Amino acid sequence: MSRVTKFAARDAGPAARMAGFMAHLRQNGLRLGVAETETALAALTQVNAADPDQARHALKAVCAGNAEEAEQFDDLFNAFWLDAGRVRTRAVPKTDAAAKDHVHSSRDGAGEAASGAGTATAPDGGEGAAESDGEGRLIAARTANLMKKDLRDLVRPEDIAEAELVARRLGLALNHRRSRRRKAALKGDRLHFRKLIRHSLSTGGEPLRLPMKQRPDRPLKVVALCDVSGSMGLYAQVFLSFMAGLMRADPATDAYLFHTRLVRIADALRDPDPLRAVGRMSLLAEGFGGGSKIGASLTQFARSYARRFVDGRTVVLILSDGYDTDPPEDIAEALAALKKRGCKIIWLNPLKGWDGYEAVARGMSAALPYIDLFRPANRLVDLAALEPELTRL
Amino acid sequence: MNWTDLQTAMADTGYVASDDLAMAAHLALALGRPLLLEGAAGVGKTEVARVLSRVLDTRLIRLQCYEGLDAAQAIYEWNYQRQLLAIRAAAEDGQTGREVEDRIFSEDYLLQRPLLQAIRQDTPPVLLIDEIDRADEEFEAYLLEVLSDFQITIPELGTITATSRPVVILTANGTRDLSDALRRRCLYAHVSYPDRQTELAILNARCPDIESALARQIVGFVQSLRKEDLEKKPGVAEMLDFAAALSGLGIADLTADPVVLQATLATLLKTQTDRDNITTEVAQRLAGKAA
Repeated sequence: MSRVTKFAARDAGPAARMAGFMAHLRQNGLRLGVAETETALAALTQVNAADPDQARHALKAVCAGNAEEAEQFDDLFNAFWLDAGRVRTRAVPKTDAAAKDHVHSSRDGAGEAASGAGTATAPDGGEGAAESDGEGRLIAARTANLMKKDLRDLVRPEDIAEAELVARRLGLALNHRRSRRRKAALKGDRLHFRKLIRHSLSTGGEPLRLPMKQRPDRPLKVVALCDVSGSMGLYAQVFLSFMAGLMRADPATDAYLFHTRLVRIADALRDPDPLRAVGRMSLLAEGFGGGSKIGASLTQFARSYARRFVDGRTVVLILSDGYDTDPPEDIAEALAALKKRGCKIIWLNPLKGWDGYEAVARGMSAALPYIDLFRPANRLVDLAALEPELTRL
Repeated sequence: MNWTDLQTAMADTGYVASDDLAMAAHLALALGRPLLLEGAAGVGKTEVARVLSRVLDTRLIRLQCYEGLDAAQAIYEWNYQRQLLAIRAAAEDGQTGREVEDRIFSEDYLLQRPLLQAIRQDTPPVLLIDEIDRADEEFEAYLLEVLSDFQITIPELGTITATSRPVVILTANGTRDLSDALRRRCLYAHVSYPDRQTELAILNARCPDIESALARQIVGFVQSLRKEDLEKKPGVAEMLDFAAALSGLGIADLTADPVVLQATLATLLKTQTDRDNITTEVAQRLAGKAA
């Protein structure tokens, strides 16, 4: 029993300690509110709270919410109550991009830095040279590119209009997922008995009108995630206008950019003026053309936005070449978590259009098992050609 | 009843519960909170509800969830055919519309589905909401309302408040993530495959006439089989089937006859790939280790 943490004498008693423990759990990534603190105290009155084992089991039942948390809980409990030193096995460790040194994409040289140095070794979009300071040492490629890149140079309103057409057609192709519930409808395959009885009351029990019900079609939502790291520079123009088009075709669409971190651009893209929308987007897209952390960005997405916006009626559209500086397992894990939410995942890879391309980038091959549709796309025409495939999805 | 009593009581009815699970079940009973059980298929989540209903000596009401489950299947529905007949009969007797309406929207014409049944019992029943992750989000949201207020509103009858609060057990396989709101309302226990000792205890409780040497072999074999790379790992129920098959065939030693062992694997391995992976040699190796 000597391992039990000693609290200072001026400490405010069990309730305060419990609040402290909850704060400790929250710090370690568990999502708990005030109500849980209350339940936890109530739970402790039901067991012999002085026995660490019983207290641990009881608090675990209250505080843990899924398998990972349940596994983590014992350590967290020991750290707080049994004074074994504060362990911080944070549940959300990898997404904090700011804390880490930014490592660059494996295709280094394709972005800003190379164009500044004038020794492009990989296909360069030819854009962005003006923004570079000209020193362009390779070292610049190792840090996130924090220079502002004006996306307006890349995306023209005409492109958006064109992309909007394509996006609209794709959106229509997607709009067919039958709901399993029936709703009242003019034409349908089942009788709507509830209505039928109601109506027949007025005709003395004679059901003259037969109201029907039908399984309604529910539109699928699109969530688009676009990689704008250096290696994607060439294709950014197509993809960004495509995203803008998607947004305009269906306001329920959600859009994100990622390079070394993830930015939500849906609100910016909803701006009625296409040019201003792109302007707002470029303000958000700081670091455009830098390194890529696909794994971390997708993990961050799966843990945050996906909880709110991704469900069984969502198609997650990822536009990326799969060249990642994070370990490939990260991508696989993030996609597995996304997949669990019941969504469909489409990955459009510009490189797949190349002759003899195979998904050898480690991140890409790790991702393959979770992807419902893996297609090449580097021009608007390619995107348009996806239409029949999406209907089959 | 404290939590060890509950654990013993559950063991007496044939369910060996881990400390975590027993404590969570105890708290669910004591605090009147729903209990969410998660874990792979075949670890005995559904069985917990059955055993609890036996321990508490009360009714078990089960709601199996599926995609498209709606209020008519989960809560209540009017018996439309009877209503139609009643209206016709009333029309011939010359009753007024008002009378007819009062009659056909009364309790007699109400079909109670599991959720409504559960809150209208005299003694609190155990309500098992099985595989909640198969139902869609809309149903989950509705369930939240029922679980927090324990009342159901039927437009024609008014609000029905619970006569007794059922003990609610939810199970999930993890086919999709549940909403945070639902998780927060529930106490949580993760049910994993039992360890060797626990599984042996389960086997002894369920099939007491199996000899201890064979029982150890069976459990050892199934435990090492779970470590193999399988599509579908055998659960506890499969292990019990396996044991029943072996004792039915009168086998005393797993390693004795490779052909019979291979044949009885049908109780454990449920996909073609898994059957192909566990060849006679592999099975013999595992059985040899278990001995």
